[in-house]
Amino acid sequence: MTTSATPRRRGFTPGRPLAWQLCDVAELVEETPTVKTIVLTAPDWPGHLAGQHVDVRLTAEDGYQAERSYSIASPPEDGQLALTVERLDDGEVSPYLAEELVVGDKLELRGPIGGYFVWDASEGGPVLLVGGGSGIVPLMAMIRHRYAVGSDAPVRLLYSAKREDDLIYRAELNELAARGDGFETYFTLTREQPAGWQGYGRRVDGEMLAEVGWDPEADPHAFVCGPTGFVEAVASALVESGHPPARVKTERFGPTGG
Amino acid sequence: MNEMKLDGNAVAGTLEQMFAFEVTTAIGTCANCGAVGAVGAASVYSQAPGIVVRCPACESVLLRLASDEGGSRYWLEMTGVRSLEVRL
Repeated sequence: MTTSATPRRRGFTPGRPLAWQLCDVAELVEETPTVKTIVLTAPDWPGHLAGQHVDVRLTAEDGYQAERSYSIASPPEDGQLALTVERLDDGEVSPYLAEELVVGDKLELRGPIGGYFVWDASEGGPVLLVGGGSGIVPLMAMIRHRYAVGSDAPVRLLYSAKREDDLIYRAELNELAARGDGFETYFTLTREQPAGWQGYGRRVDGEMLAEVGWDPEADPHAFVCGPTGFVEAVASALVESGHPPARVKTERFGPTGG
Repeated sequence: MNEMKLDGNAVAGTLEQMFAFEVTTAIGTCANCGAVGAVGAASVYSQAPGIVVRCPACESVLLRLASDEGGSRYWLEMTGVRSLEVRL
């Protein structure tokens, strides 16, 4: 991938107001039956850091507007901007993004936003990434960034989903892990496991985190993203096992996101 | 556990629009208990008519944010924040 923009420090350009901009939908990728990746061409994109998000705004014909935040899935090194969106059936924005949007449409967004839940390869490792459901998305930007810059930082991913079909980016994650360059991936399926499933088959708990993750002595940086209940449980388990709260960064998805 | 609870990241866009700098990495001090931490780590409840940001240590209100319907006027109350350290 070519670099079309230089990532700024903390993904923020002093003096640049956070403005809405129109982007072109360049490609749509079906990741799972309920999840789509929207690849956008953003001419005025100032660059971002892995873990940041954008706000997307839809405007109805009567002027009614709805806004939602979506994590950026693409690494800063990509020339295009990718958002991965899970369709929530009672949602206001995600059904439109996942079902009605077509290539060539315009999408209004502002960003990049946030600077807290970000990881840059220059910070090194070890890093523990724990994702629940579509909470994998900002973590995927970090994993892709690590690969794009040729980082050898030790990074382990623990990814929890309900069923095998719900795993987003599964093939790409397995390919990256197979390189044996310090990135490892572990899956857990909480609701239904296929025959011969090699991964975990329960909710993430302290025991699983101890098996997959790093000892607190290694001073790992942990990033936890997913639904609120998932994030609370994982972050609490990490802190209880001796990880300093400041080393455990969280990003919660709201119950009425969509 | 409150299912409605989010974190500072959830209001990053709105706050950046008002402050014109990235706010979630700013370090705030709670006026009630003195806890120090990044705004991104604070607890956010956005299902109320306005947005309420609470201290993750003592749960007291750090700041409250409301806007008019069109989003052209904002009201920000932050008596719960003793200080905010900003690195530009």
